[in-house]
Amino acid sequence: MAAELFEHGQNEIMTPDTPKYKTSDEVDFVVIGSGAAGGILAKELSENGFRVVVLEQGPYLTEKDFIHDEIEVLNRDLLTNHPSLQPNTFRKTPNEKAKPQRAIAYGRLVGGTSTHFTANFWRFHEIDFHERSKVGPVAGSTLSDWPITYDDLEPYYTKVEWEIGVSGLAGASPFDPPRSKPYPMPPLPTKSNGVIFERAARKLGWNPFPAPMAILSQPRPGRSACINCGFCLAFACEVGAKSSSLATAIRMAEKTGRCEIRPNSYVHQIELDANGRATGAVYFDDKRNVQRQKAKAVVVCANGAETPRLLLLSANKQFPDGLANSSGYVGKNLMFNSGAMSMGVFEHPLNDYKGFAVSRILHDFYELDPDKVGFHGGGGLDARFDITPINFALGSLPPGSPRWGKGFKDALAHNFTRTVEIFCHGTSLPVEDNSFSLDPDLKDAWGLPALRMTYKDHPDDVKLSNWLNKRAAELLDAAGAEKSWSFPAGEQEFTVHLLGTCRMGNDRKTSVINSDHRTHDVKNLFLCDGSSLVTSGRGQPTMTIEALAFRAGDRITALAKSGDLSV
Amino acid sequence: MLVDTSRRHFLAEGLAGVSAVWVSTHWPSLVAAAEHAHAQVKSSTPPKFEFFTSEDAAEVDAITSRVIPTTDTPGAYEAGVVFFIDHALVTFAKENQKVYRDGLLALQARVRELFPGTDKFSGATPEQQDKVLESLDEQSASKGRNPFRRPAGGQSFFERIRVDTIMGFLIDPDSDKKGNRDAVGWKVIGRDPAHMFQPPFGYYDKDYPGWQPNSSSTDKTKS
Repeated sequence: MAAELFEHGQNEIMTPDTPKYKTSDEVDFVVIGSGAAGGILAKELSENGFRVVVLEQGPYLTEKDFIHDEIEVLNRDLLTNHPSLQPNTFRKTPNEKAKPQRAIAYGRLVGGTSTHFTANFWRFHEIDFHERSKVGPVAGSTLSDWPITYDDLEPYYTKVEWEIGVSGLAGASPFDPPRSKPYPMPPLPTKSNGVIFERAARKLGWNPFPAPMAILSQPRPGRSACINCGFCLAFACEVGAKSSSLATAIRMAEKTGRCEIRPNSYVHQIELDANGRATGAVYFDDKRNVQRQKAKAVVVCANGAETPRLLLLSANKQFPDGLANSSGYVGKNLMFNSGAMSMGVFEHPLNDYKGFAVSRILHDFYELDPDKVGFHGGGGLDARFDITPINFALGSLPPGSPRWGKGFKDALAHNFTRTVEIFCHGTSLPVEDNSFSLDPDLKDAWGLPALRMTYKDHPDDVKLSNWLNKRAAELLDAAGAEKSWSFPAGEQEFTVHLLGTCRMGNDRKTSVINSDHRTHDVKNLFLCDGSSLVTSGRGQPTMTIEALAFRAGDRITALAKSGDLSV
Repeated sequence: MLVDTSRRHFLAEGLAGVSAVWVSTHWPSLVAAAEHAHAQVKSSTPPKFEFFTSEDAAEVDAITSRVIPTTDTPGAYEAGVVFFIDHALVTFAKENQKVYRDGLLALQARVRELFPGTDKFSGATPEQQDKVLESLDEQSASKGRNPFRRPAGGQSFFERIRVDTIMGFLIDPDSDKKGNRDAVGWKVIGRDPAHMFQPPFGYYDKDYPGWQPNSSSTDKTKS
C-alpha cells in the first residue's frame, strides 16, 4: 500500500499532465521563446486559464544533461546559439559591408539565456525610466523616457524575487530604489572576493552591499539551495538552484495542464490574415519540416536579436519593411551595456572557484553628474570570479606571464586560487544606427537570412567604462592586491545583452510596442524580452526583463478578458 | 620516481586548508595513475591510440610535457594529455587532424635544422626541446584576457598543441574527454575536485564576521 502510494506520488511529480496540442488547434496564445520572458509569460497566461503553446528553437534539456565540461559548454556551444548553424555578420557603421564574425551569444534551449547567466539580479533604479526628462537630450543618442515608471514595475520586481527566487538583503544599499517587500531569502554566503571588495570599498568611503542574485540560498520545493559547485556563469545548474525559467516558470506553466513546451521549433514567420491579425507562427520542426501553429494571439519573446529578426523575416505586402515596423524602429537602438574589467592577485588563497560568481557589489556611481565627469551615464562594480580552469589558463594570468613551461605552470598554481576580477557594468546609450538587420548575403543552416549586427558604442559609453575601471583599479589598490592590471575599454563588438531593438513607447513613430507590450501595428501581436527596453539600465537587464514579463502577463490577460483579443 | 615525502608535503602545503587531507590520502592513487600513463606511452606493445601512431604519440607526449612539464608536481604527462589529444582528433576535433599531421612533420624538420643529427623532438634534450618550441611560438608572453574582445583567430601548430595541452590538463575529469586523469591538473592549480563546497571558502572569508550596514545606509523598505 505504501509502495503504491509512493509510486503514484512519484508519477505525479515526474510526468506533469502537459497537453499536446495539434498545430491545427487554435490555441489562445503561442509564445515564441522560452527564456527569461517567454517562460514567465507562459506561466502567467496558462495560470490565468489560457491554452498556450511555447515554441522554443533549442532542445529541452534538464538537470541531468548539465555538465561541467568546458569544451562542450564553452567551445562547442552545448547551451548556446551555434555559429556554424546560425552565423551572423558584424559591422561598425551602416555604410560598411558586414563580415562574418560572431557578435552574440544567447541560450538556445528551453529556459534560454536564463539557464546559463551569472544571475546578478539588480533592479533598475527610478532614473533608468525617466533619464531623458532629467538630463535632457544627449547628442548622438535616441535616449527616451519609458512610458512606464519604476513605481509601475515595482510590484513585478517583487513578484520576480518571490516567485522565481532571488537572494538578497533589502535596505543594504543606500542607493536602492524603494521596495514593497524584503527579499524572500537571505543573501548567498560571502566569498573571499566579497570580503576583500567590501573592506576596500569601505576604506574608500563607498557603500558595498550583498549582491542580489537569482540563485537560491535556501532550498525550495523541487530545487536545491546552491551547492557552490563553481560552474555557474555560462553553465546550467544541475540542482535547480539557479532561478532560470527552466527551473521555475516553465515547470509552473506545465503544472497548469494548459501549456505545452514544444522544443526544436524554430519560428521563422508570423502570418497575418486579411484583417491584419496574426494567425499563429510558422516554424521548422526538428526534421526541418514547416509547421504552422494556429493561435488567437502571438507573443514573441525570442530575445533582442531574434525578435526583431523574426519581424523582419515576416515582411509582407502590408508591412514590406518588416512586420509591425511602420516606425522603422524594429531592430534599431541596440544596447549592450558597457563594461570593463580589472584583475588582481592576492597573497592568500581565496578559492573563489567555489560557488556562484558575485557576493558584493556597489552602486555609488549609478548616477554620475555629467557636468563633473564629462560624459553621460553611470554604473556599478562587482567582485567576482567566473573563470573556469581551462579558460583561466588560456588567458587570465597577468599580462607578460609565460604561456607555457615551468613558469606558466607555477603561475597557474599560484594565481588560480588568488585571482579576483572587478567588473564594471554601465550604461549603453541608445543609438539609432546600432541595430540588428537581415544580412543580404549570408544564410543560416535553414536557408534564412542571417542576423547582421551594426554596432559602435556611443563615445560616452567608452568614457564611462574607462572611468569606472579607474575606480576598480583604486579598489584593488586599497585592497592590497599583490598585483593588479586593467584592460582599457574600447568599442565593443560582441555581446550577451541584447537590448532595445523593439522599444516600448507611446509614440508609434518612435517605438514598436506600447506599454501593454502590444505592437502598435498588429492588434494581437505582443513582444516582450530585452528588445522592449527603452534604456539599458546600468547592466544586469534580466531582472527587468522578467519584471516586464510578469507585468505583460497581467496586461495581456486584462485585454484578453475584456474581449479585446477574441481569446 | 614521483613518490617522495617532500613532494607530498609540498603539495599538501600548496593546498593548505583546502584539501590537504584529500590530496595526501589520494596521492598514492594519483601516482599509480601516472605510472600507468607512463607505461602505456613507453610500452613496447602498441598502446591503444585512436589517431596517432605510437611514434607520433611519443612526439606529442614530449611536446605536451614541455608545455606543462612534470616538476615537483604532475604535468601534462601524468594527466594523460596525449590520450586526450588523440581522442579529440577522432571525435570532437577532427578538423585539427591536418594541423597535427603537418605540424609534426614541420616540427621534426625544425629539430633537424636546429640540432643536426637529431631526428625526433622526443630525442632532443629538454633544453633543445624548449629552443625548438620557442622558435615556433609566435607570441611569447600572455596578453591577459579581455572578455570584451573576441580572441583573434588563426592558429599555428604550436598554438594548437599549447591550447590542447591546457585543455587536456584542466578539463573536467568527470567528462568523457580522457584528460586531466585523476584530476591531477586541477590539484596542481589548487582546484579541489569535489563537486560541492561549503563556506568558508578561502583565507579572507574564514574569519569574516558577517555583513554590517554601511554607515550611510538607510532602510528604504516601505513595509
